Amino acid sequence: MKHVLSFEKVSIRLGRAPILRDLTLTVSPGDVIGLSGPNGAGKSTLLRAAATLIRLATGTGTVLGVDMATAGPDVRARIGMLAHDPAVFGELTLLENLEFVARITGQPEERALEILEAVGLRAAAYRRADCSSHGMARRVDIARLVLTEPKLVLLDEAAAGLDEAAVSLIATAIERTTIAGGAVILVTHDATYLDTVTNRHWRLVDGTVHEDAP
Amino acid sequence: MRFWSHVAELVKKDLRTEGRSGEIFFVTIPFGVLALFLIPFALPNDQELLSVIGGGIFWVILLLFGMTLTFRHSETGAQRMLMSMLGMDPAARFVARVIASALLLLAFSLVLVPTVVILYEPITPAGWPILSVILVMVCLGIAAIGTLSGEVTIGLRNRTVLAPLLVAPLSVPLLVPAAVATDSLSSQGSILVPALIILFALLGVTAIGVLTARPLEEASR
Repeated sequence: MKHVLSFEKVSIRLGRAPILRDLTLTVSPGDVIGLSGPNGAGKSTLLRAAATLIRLATGTGTVLGVDMATAGPDVRARIGMLAHDPAVFGELTLLENLEFVARITGQPEERALEILEAVGLRAAAYRRADCSSHGMARRVDIARLVLTEPKLVLLDEAAAGLDEAAVSLIATAIERTTIAGGAVILVTHDATYLDTVTNRHWRLVDGTVHEDAP
Repeated sequence: MRFWSHVAELVKKDLRTEGRSGEIFFVTIPFGVLALFLIPFALPNDQELLSVIGGGIFWVILLLFGMTLTFRHSETGAQRMLMSMLGMDPAARFVARVIASALLLLAFSLVLVPTVVILYEPITPAGWPILSVILVMVCLGIAAIGTLSGEVTIGLRNRTVLAPLLVAPLSVPLLVPAAVATDSLSSQGSILVPALIILFALLGVTAIGVLTARPLEEASR
């Protein structure tokens, strides 16, 4: 697989509104791309398109070697995405949340507790997610990335509002992904974070991506 | 194989979630029973009349309260996205939700049926085995209609108004034959035709739900 993600003259619309236009870009194994741009520029939309959650209006694309027009649930299962809000089921405990993911993705259920321990949630494993803080729920998201080992990781301001330890867990997850031959695209407004974690930088302006020289 | 293992996991999750939220057990069931209890007060003191209308009342209560049950706590956008990103087939999610809702509706019925028998004395006990088959099909049908309506209206501002409006006409092919079957059982008549109508309605709604699960999911992203 030469590219983890590639877009060729892609445009994306939400309803009738054009959000992104004429995007031609590639993401290779080992890339950690920082994506920045003003609010409403389409950063989240770009991530959702990369995750095959939004259809391309025009152009062609591939993700993990599969044509985006035909990519289905199997491809999506190999992509990890952390959106603005943590994705947990409130009535389940943190451990049950991760065990659920393990069973759905065919991972050994026993790893769930071990991974929760690794992300610092051992003591809160039996706490319901709706009784946990935003930071704890976000750590469950990170634990999910560790458990499922996706080849493409998409982080939408995932580090926002997190303490230093949690931010460093995200950095570790990014490192693990690139070592395993995957790639990461992360949206952030934090310039320092961009400089320390990423090796490429895209700026999204007026619906198109501009790549900064390294 | 993976489809059904996902369905089983989702059903377990849904039932566990419901058991912990307690919405069905502490809200739907008590109010359903209360409604059954109050209706006779609005009627003349006539046991024969209650026996005649008892079956129909049961189905109406099952639909009205069952509808709220099938619309219970929809997943948040983040949860829906998670399930998409875990590679779950939207059709598996539809089927799982129908099965979980039907199981909850059956639990609701287990409380309603004795209440109806005590208060209304609707049909002869000989008809119960056949009626229980009809009950399972109607519960599955209401669950399928409710789930489908919930999916169609997801993300809409007026969802709480629109979804029940969709359910009401769609449930007619379930409820009218169910009431007719209940009546036929008390008069020792045949229930073949109403049972077939319910079966076809159930299969039709389920097929529509499965076939439209993916486009509806894409539209709601």
